[in-house]
Amino acid sequence: MSWLSLIFGEKKATASVAKERLQLIIAHERACASGPDFLPELQKDLVAVISKYFPVNPDDIKVGLEKQGNYEVLEVNIVLPEGR
Amino acid sequence: MTTIITVTSGKGGVGKTTTSASIASGLALRGFKTAVIDFDVGLRNLDLIMGCERRVVYDFVNVIQGDANLHQALIKDKHCDNLFVLPASQTRDKDALTEEGVEKVLKELEHQGFDYIVCDSPAGIEHGAVMALTFADEAIVVTNPEVSSVRDSDRILGIIQSKSRRAIEGREPVKEHLLVTRYSPKRAHEGEMLTYTDIQELLRIPLLGVIPESEAVLQASNQGIPAIHQKGTPVADAYQDAIGRFLGEEHPLRFVEYEKPGLIKRLFGGK
Repeated sequence: MSWLSLIFGEKKATASVAKERLQLIIAHERACASGPDFLPELQKDLVAVISKYFPVNPDDIKVGLEKQGNYEVLEVNIVLPEGR
Repeated sequence: MTTIITVTSGKGGVGKTTTSASIASGLALRGFKTAVIDFDVGLRNLDLIMGCERRVVYDFVNVIQGDANLHQALIKDKHCDNLFVLPASQTRDKDALTEEGVEKVLKELEHQGFDYIVCDSPAGIEHGAVMALTFADEAIVVTNPEVSSVRDSDRILGIIQSKSRRAIEGREPVKEHLLVTRYSPKRAHEGEMLTYTDIQELLRIPLLGVIPESEAVLQASNQGIPAIHQKGTPVADAYQDAIGRFLGEEHPLRFVEYEKPGLIKRLFGGK
């Protein structure tokens, strides 16, 4: 802060910073919250079924729901263990 | 027909109880038979804000558990004829608010011909807050122009949209209203504070009103008189306008523009 602003008590216009930060975090949190509740359950079930046939790490199965225009895309990504 | 209004915010200390007290009083002043219920079990304060703390004998949990009937627990307001306060329990566990119990009490109020039931939600997103919004027809989301309050309001909106009965049963969704409180037109004008339009843009729900930051609120709570009775203060007028809008009237926003004090005001320090 310069000595001028010290004397005149100039304050920073920080509201725009607040607004930008909120826009980002709210959009992010809405995207997370809008996912249906069944995704974790589905992931658990998939792990159970797949591990019947070969060993799989629960973290290697990713389930996600994405919105693409008018469609919702259920994406299931399974990483097979190496050495098979 | 009884309308259940939940006053909620997620964050604490933003003015939920002040708002519940003033909105309930304002509705009663307009002739509606109104009940205001404190859902903050363990930390009741609505009784203090309404100035009836010494008349509490039975509470909400007593009624739920059948230790008292509703008639015994409802406290008649000092200032409005058709306003009644149902205080929260100070000693019980918050789990005492069961969904069936809350529903039973709300149904009974409906049978008694209440027009409006105002549910004063506790802070947070836990059991008490969820119980307060479960049966809501309309929700007033109280938000301060401050980052944590805005974020928490967005969270609570998500909870209203997923956990209210209306959402679960797929009925018409809870009608949401934004009430910005503790607003300082000067600081917003100088870019130091989020403006009410910023907040509305972020939360994307209709604006019910803007309540200015004011000394009158503390003076009101000191005396146990809801702020809406502080006649002639901007806070009371802003609450009156908000109630009018809630009932479908049109009122221009007041107390949101900053007017630079004139030379005389600056010299003589008028308010």
